[in-house]
Amino acid sequence: MKTKTIKVDTLARVEGEGALYVKISGDKVMDVKLKIFEPPRFFEALLRGRIYKEAPDITARICGICPVAYQMSAVHAIEQAMGVTVGGQLRELRRLLYCGEWIESHTLHVYMLHAPDFLGYPDVMHLAQDYPDIVKRGLQMKKTGNAIVTLLGGREVHPINVKVGGFYKVPTKQEFKQLAEKLKWGRDAALETVRWTAQLPFPNFEQDYEFVALRHPAEYPFNEGRIISNKGLDIPVQAYEEHFAEEHVAHSNALHSVLKGRGAYFVGPLARYNLNFDRLSPLAQEAALGAGLGPVCLNPFQSIIVRSVEILYAFDEALRIIEGYEMPDQPAVEFNPHAGVGSACTEAPRGILYHRYRLNDEGLILDAKIVPPTSQNQKIIESDLRRYVEQAIDLPEEQLTWECEQAIRNYDPCISCATHFLKLHIERE
Amino acid sequence: MPTNYPLILLIGIGNEYRSDDGAGLAVCKELKIKKLPGAQVIECGCDGAVLMEIWKDAKRVILIDAVSSGARPGAIYRFDVHTEQIPLSISFQSTHAFGVAEAIGLARVLEQLPPYLIIYAIEGKNYGNGKGLSQEVEKGVQQIVELVISEVQDTHQYHIPI
Repeated sequence: MKTKTIKVDTLARVEGEGALYVKISGDKVMDVKLKIFEPPRFFEALLRGRIYKEAPDITARICGICPVAYQMSAVHAIEQAMGVTVGGQLRELRRLLYCGEWIESHTLHVYMLHAPDFLGYPDVMHLAQDYPDIVKRGLQMKKTGNAIVTLLGGREVHPINVKVGGFYKVPTKQEFKQLAEKLKWGRDAALETVRWTAQLPFPNFEQDYEFVALRHPAEYPFNEGRIISNKGLDIPVQAYEEHFAEEHVAHSNALHSVLKGRGAYFVGPLARYNLNFDRLSPLAQEAALGAGLGPVCLNPFQSIIVRSVEILYAFDEALRIIEGYEMPDQPAVEFNPHAGVGSACTEAPRGILYHRYRLNDEGLILDAKIVPPTSQNQKIIESDLRRYVEQAIDLPEEQLTWECEQAIRNYDPCISCATHFLKLHIERE
Repeated sequence: MPTNYPLILLIGIGNEYRSDDGAGLAVCKELKIKKLPGAQVIECGCDGAVLMEIWKDAKRVILIDAVSSGARPGAIYRFDVHTEQIPLSISFQSTHAFGVAEAIGLARVLEQLPPYLIIYAIEGKNYGNGKGLSQEVEKGVQQIVELVISEVQDTHQYHIPI
């Protein structure tokens, strides 16, 4: 029987980093092993013995693409331990900051990383040769997201203005004026992006996924909500560890997250969209329906459209927040630290990001647990690859390899907090 | 020497929590202490798109980054992006899929490369999680600091045209 093996080599020489291995025998996929994630154990260890105030800035260093997500999960978890509630305009500013990060992260992925796959280009440089204006639009949109993060976060990368209880400094109403004009342009560009991605060619591919995301009574979720799924899960964030587990798998040092007793699950834009379509702004809903998406989308390849809808939502939501903004009297809620345990999930661009901290009387961190979205999606990516390769088994090697990469990119795996990226090649036996 | 120096951006790239990937940032820390006239030092743990934004209006840019090519750890390379081909064997360390190489490639296509762009690269040894540089890379960092200082001084002294 003819046996074919798809292997992925890592670019970086880092022990324990990414690899993909697919073994095909005849027309059957015999084995899929994916290892793209390193758990942030180093950071969990680094946090031990530090004062709680340092957690947002230390964890922000885990990822250059989604530092805001790490900051948000950290502050919410610690605030839960301290019994602190952040409301009003400070809460709105946190949502605004998250809008900036979603715009940056999603635009980078849609334009620079994912779109070339669908249009048959090896990378964005080649795409830019034929479509310079489209790529320039993506860069400009991303820059607008940067502008939000810079204004609120204090600087473009690794924002430093977030603290437990709120911010170190909050902007004046005046400071938002110039930003609002940029955001209006961005909202129009995002609408164009939804239309543009909707007409890309998509393979037919669907699985019976369990989507997991936050659900809030009134909002498309960023910082708060219950953890729900399309298969009946509905729990408070504090019950996360009762329902989810990280399993060691034989083929790698990495951990695979599972829903206990149920297995793989799917987090990220597609999960959020499918569980919260009714919470999108009317403009984003209309654009999604106009792009041919229903309120539920099961094809992970179409996540590029869903990401574009979320970019549109983020611009729309950012404008809503800015228009209603009144500078708060205090940049943060004051409190006295005490011993406690707190946990939080927020919606990072790639899906739910769980943090838990145990603190002593002085507010020193005794231990910390961090579960990023890419570790949670790892098992479902394996499952997609298995099914996708079965379905596309007769494709020429080069194309099959390309499409495997594309199937991985559907999840925008955070190569930053996960691993340096991979190069694929196929070996035949 | 003229007193109105042309501005040179000195951009160090990297992640200090990825061991030798922090080499570019270590160079920046040293350069900041030196307070070179006419030079602005920027530490960048950013993706390539942000990098393109940082250098957008700059005429003269020197980038410092860690690479892996299989050479001796601590080895130093210098490339003039406009006149030299960067060997394919060199891979810029990046924790992002859109990193330095992609930023240079895309900026070239979109005609957004700074007119004077030099890269100093240093061969890393260990890119695992953790803080601190390998001994060999630490030495290389000191060498790059000296080279960049003298490059900045030469640019000012000889009015090196763009």
